[in-house]
Amino acid sequence: MTGTVAVTTPYSVPVPLMDVLQVVVLVLVAAGATAVVLTRRPVRQVMVLSGYGLMLAVLFMVFQAPDVTLSELTVGAVALPLLLLLALAKIRKKEE
Amino acid sequence: MTPATRRWVFLIAGAGLVAFYLWGLTGLPGFGAYPGPYGFIINQVAVGQTKATAVVSAINFEYRGFDTVGEEFILFVAAAGVSTVLRHLRGERERSALDEARDRAAPPTSDAVRTLALVFTGPAVIMGWYLAAHAQTAPSGGFQGGVVLATAFILIYLSGQFLLFKRVSPVAVTETVEAVGAGGFACVGLSAVFLGLPYLTNDLGLGTTPGAIDSSGTIALISFFVGVEVAAAFVLIVGELLEQTLLIRQETR
Repeated sequence: MTGTVAVTTPYSVPVPLMDVLQVVVLVLVAAGATAVVLTRRPVRQVMVLSGYGLMLAVLFMVFQAPDVTLSELTVGAVALPLLLLLALAKIRKKEE
Repeated sequence: MTPATRRWVFLIAGAGLVAFYLWGLTGLPGFGAYPGPYGFIINQVAVGQTKATAVVSAINFEYRGFDTVGEEFILFVAAAGVSTVLRHLRGERERSALDEARDRAAPPTSDAVRTLALVFTGPAVIMGWYLAAHAQTAPSGGFQGGVVLATAFILIYLSGQFLLFKRVSPVAVTETVEAVGAGGFACVGLSAVFLGLPYLTNDLGLGTTPGAIDSSGTIALISFFVGVEVAAAFVLIVGELLEQTLLIRQETR
C-alpha cells in the first residue's frame, strides 16, 4: 500500500486508516493461528478454530474480498468446526 | 539414527529451508502490487459483456465457468463418498447411542439454544436464497448461499430435534436435490453445445440493465443450481455424520 492509489468511489476510506486496519487484522490472524496450534484439548481447539475462522473472514473483508468473506464465514466458522465436533463426539463414545 | 545425528539433519535441513524461504521472499512483488493485465481487462469488459455487476460471479460462472463445474463435482463426489462409506451394510445393525453411556442421560437442550436456533432459522433460509439468487448483482453466489441455506437445517438440529432434522431432509430427497443441482449446472453448459456453441456459452438473454435481477443470463441460473447443490450436499454430509454420532453401528457376527 503506497498511498498513491486514487480511490474514486463515494465509499472511499482514507488510505492510512485502511493500512492500520489491515495491519491490526493481520496481527490478529497471526495471533489466532498461534492460539489454535497452542490449544491442546481437541474440543477447546475446535472452538478456537471457529473463532479463527471468524477472524479470517474479517481479514478477507478488510482486504476487499466480500465473496471470500461469505465463504470463509460459513465454512471456516460453522461447517468445519461442526464436522470436527461430530467426529470428536464419535471418537469419545468409542473410548468410553 | 541417534538423536544427535537426527538433530544435525534437522538443523541443516531447517537452515536450508529458512535460507530458501528468505531468498524467495526477496523476489516477491510489493504488497498489493498486481502485475498482470488480466484483472484490469476483465474489470473493464466484464459488466458490458455479461451484464453482471458482480464481476467475481461473472468470472466464476462465465469466464472460468468450466473450473467451477469441476469444483461443483468435487463437492458432489465428496457427498456421494460420505453416503457410500457410511451406508448401512448387510450384517450391521443400528444400536441406540444410549447403550454406550447408560449411566448418564443426554443433557436437555437449553431454552437459550432452542430459542436462538428458532429465531435464526427463518433469516438463514431467506439469506441463503437471497445470496444464491443475487450472484449477478452483489458479492454473493451459489456456494455461499448454499452453505447458509444448509445452516438453516443445522439450526433445526440444534433446536434439539434430530428426528425433525431427518423429517425436513430425508436422505432420498436430499440426494435427489443434490443430483438435480449438479446436473442442472452441467445441463446449462450442455444446452449451449446443442445450439452449436462451445460448452457453457452464455446462451440466455443477458437482459438490458446491468445488475437487474433478470440480467446476466446463465450466470444467475448456474448460481441458483450451485446453491441448490451445495445446500443439499452439506445437509447430506452433516446428516450422515450426525447419524453416525447418534446411532452406533455394530457387527452382529
